Amino acid sequence: MNVTVTPPKLAVVGTRPIRPDGVDKVTGRANYGADYKVAGMLHGKILRSPHAHARIVSIDTKRAEALKGVKAVITGKDFPLLGDMELPMGEAAMNVGHISENCIARDKALYQGHAIAAVAATTVAIAEEALELIDVVYEVLPHVLDVEAAMAPDAPLLHEKMLTKGVTPPAEKPSNVAMFMRLARGDAAKAIDASDVIVEGRYDTAAVHQGYIEPHACVCTYGADGQVVVWSSSQGQFMVRSLTSVIAGIDQADIKAIPAEIGGGFGGKTLVYLEPLATILSKKSGRAVKMVMSRDEVFRASGPTSSSVMTVRAGATKDGKFTGFELDLRFAAGAYPGSPVFAALMAGLAHYELTDFAIDAYDVVTNTPKVAAYRAPGAPISTFAVESAIDDLAIKLGMDPIALRVKNGVKDGSLATYGVTFSDIGFHETLESIRNHEHYSAPLGPNQGRGVAAGYWFNAGGESSANIAINEDGTATVVSGCPDIGGSRASMAIMAAEVLGLPIEKVRCTVADTTAIAYSGLTGGSRVTVSTGAAVVKAANDIVEQLKGRAAITWDVPVDQVEWSNGAAICLSGDQKGEKLSLADLAYRFGRTGGPVANQASVNLHGIGPGFAVHLCDVEVDPETGGVTVLRYTAAQDVGRAIHASYVEGQMQGGAAQGIGWALNEEYIFDTDGKMENPGFLDYRMPVASDLPMIDTIMIEVPCRNTPFGAKGVGEVPIVPPLAAVANAVRAAIGKRPHSLPLSPPRLHALMANGH
Amino acid sequence: MAKVVLSVNLSEQFAGGLDSFDVEAANVRQMIRELDKRYPGLGSHIEDKMAVAIDGIIYPHPARQAIAPNSEVVIIPRLPGG
Repeated sequence: MNVTVTPPKLAVVGTRPIRPDGVDKVTGRANYGADYKVAGMLHGKILRSPHAHARIVSIDTKRAEALKGVKAVITGKDFPLLGDMELPMGEAAMNVGHISENCIARDKALYQGHAIAAVAATTVAIAEEALELIDVVYEVLPHVLDVEAAMAPDAPLLHEKMLTKGVTPPAEKPSNVAMFMRLARGDAAKAIDASDVIVEGRYDTAAVHQGYIEPHACVCTYGADGQVVVWSSSQGQFMVRSLTSVIAGIDQADIKAIPAEIGGGFGGKTLVYLEPLATILSKKSGRAVKMVMSRDEVFRASGPTSSSVMTVRAGATKDGKFTGFELDLRFAAGAYPGSPVFAALMAGLAHYELTDFAIDAYDVVTNTPKVAAYRAPGAPISTFAVESAIDDLAIKLGMDPIALRVKNGVKDGSLATYGVTFSDIGFHETLESIRNHEHYSAPLGPNQGRGVAAGYWFNAGGESSANIAINEDGTATVVSGCPDIGGSRASMAIMAAEVLGLPIEKVRCTVADTTAIAYSGLTGGSRVTVSTGAAVVKAANDIVEQLKGRAAITWDVPVDQVEWSNGAAICLSGDQKGEKLSLADLAYRFGRTGGPVANQASVNLHGIGPGFAVHLCDVEVDPETGGVTVLRYTAAQDVGRAIHASYVEGQMQGGAAQGIGWALNEEYIFDTDGKMENPGFLDYRMPVASDLPMIDTIMIEVPCRNTPFGAKGVGEVPIVPPLAAVANAVRAAIGKRPHSLPLSPPRLHALMANGH
Repeated sequence: MAKVVLSVNLSEQFAGGLDSFDVEAANVRQMIRELDKRYPGLGSHIEDKMAVAIDGIIYPHPARQAIAPNSEVVIIPRLPGG
């Protein structure tokens, strides 16, 4: 059952038109990164480190270069050294030096799978054969995979000169802790000690991959005139251009980045792996170069999210008021600094009113693949610990878990733990929608349990551009600068149609390359609907003004005597008072009234609304095997205003599904040498449709005052509560608190048998 | 005067443990200049690495954003997004 709480109805916003990308995708006609072909194209392959940690003593490529069919071989020496260089990239700065060294190693291989060299050849088979002819001498070094082991004083150092940032006094001795941060208010320890009930626990989570179906893929051409064209699957063509420019040492004006259809990203395609390598291989060979990762490479060499170890201590009064929280977060960043631990620190307790808390966070490098963003980066992890502790508080207090969250949840005017004051938020409405749902009181059977958890995500705004042109027949073309991952072509078309007064079928949206539209930030941070949407609305409003002007010329009346309503100009005075000119009528006359009508708008949107989600999960645990079946799942979320309701529900269901996989089965498993043992979907167990029940959705619409139609980002927060919701349901089913994810059958069986 | 709020780290690193103080500034750029004068390195650290939230609205790359006399300016890390 889907329930929607709906504000006043609009003509197109909130409806469910047929998705414009659907037919191409289900018929196989959509062009993904690996579908591009260029005449004379070569195939690029990458030699990867067999060692988790090794110094690269020498690389001899002569034998590979001599192989017939090999046209170019590159190593790290073909790229500029960027050191610790940072590049502004939307909401957060990226360390492009680290991204460059992650694309291809320089002095050291920092994880098994780290790129060492690359080859371009006339066939994939020749390229792969050539990889075996590259002679690399390694000095194998001790490695460290685990976050706590990496923090030990005698741990092998990945970066010998790295000093911990954020500590006082400043660090003098190198370590694997890249950065420390503390967020605190009041006196948490004292407040907890004085509480009526106290809970504490140690939690850990495994590294998990974003699991996008489409592997990383690109085709790059470096022309004789130095002009570069990049076709690739990414979460931002401007990101691809910026990073390829810096890493390969080419001016941005010389690079045209063309976005392919994208088969999933979830944050994992917010940086580059292949494009700079294919570009330099193309430069060396004089031919176009195509590179496509295998699934094995996707797992071994593209970003998972962090594994973690966390401790939490919390207290409450006997009537359920939180007194204090202490949280310690230690996240593995992989080979280079940059885990999402600081977002986890800010998000973990943001949805509760607290006067006394202390959160410590450590960003720690390990000999594992460099982590990449994954949907609400970091928040699901810290929320697992926090919402498990809150479940324990509810049990100790004998209190309904929703009532406990209602008592402590933030509302308009509340001060978030990270310091901002909330407005236009619908957390309480979201909690109540779950409490009032029939699912919340449905009966359960033996070995079954019900869990609830809440989650918070900031959502992003930022820079976006959009073009709108009115076609000669009165239809409209919208052009976006952001790849469409979650349905943005549909939502952009809907918003344009709403403002212009056109039926949705008369508006089409396309995604442009970097030469056809002004800069737009990444498709990430749940930002495109609101930010690119704001650019679309701005452009559409300008077009309405232009159209009113054209109608005024036609009727020979002042423009303020023209009204725009339902896709037509209406004359308010003079002989033609009451006459209408439709958009098609006006478009037919464009040549006589001043020429084409179009507009390009760019925005830098701030003040976007955060996301709140509350999930409810029923599970059954097999007491013999420890296997968990998710019986029923309901996800409620404050969505601001749903632009395309079905896509919003799809985001909520997709986030829940990924979170359930994270909770139950997904994990990177390494052998003692640091080699991933399960780099394929057979052994890395993601949920498939048959594993899950239909995920019911409840959209709560508390509009944001600063965004188009009140919309809020919806793509990330639905992955925040599921880890804890599932774990709390398992706790209810077996009577023991799970502290380690995933809750795979062997782990759960051990918990049931031994209590840990 | 606007109130500036720092995280524990920043206050310890740059401001001798003081985690909130008043600043006379009409916009973020002026605030950064003033902070650098008072606590050398803090303003440029904020400009290069941090976001600010002015009265609850987060600005990842602030410069000209206005600060009202009674505004609260919270210094926070820039956030990633997936």
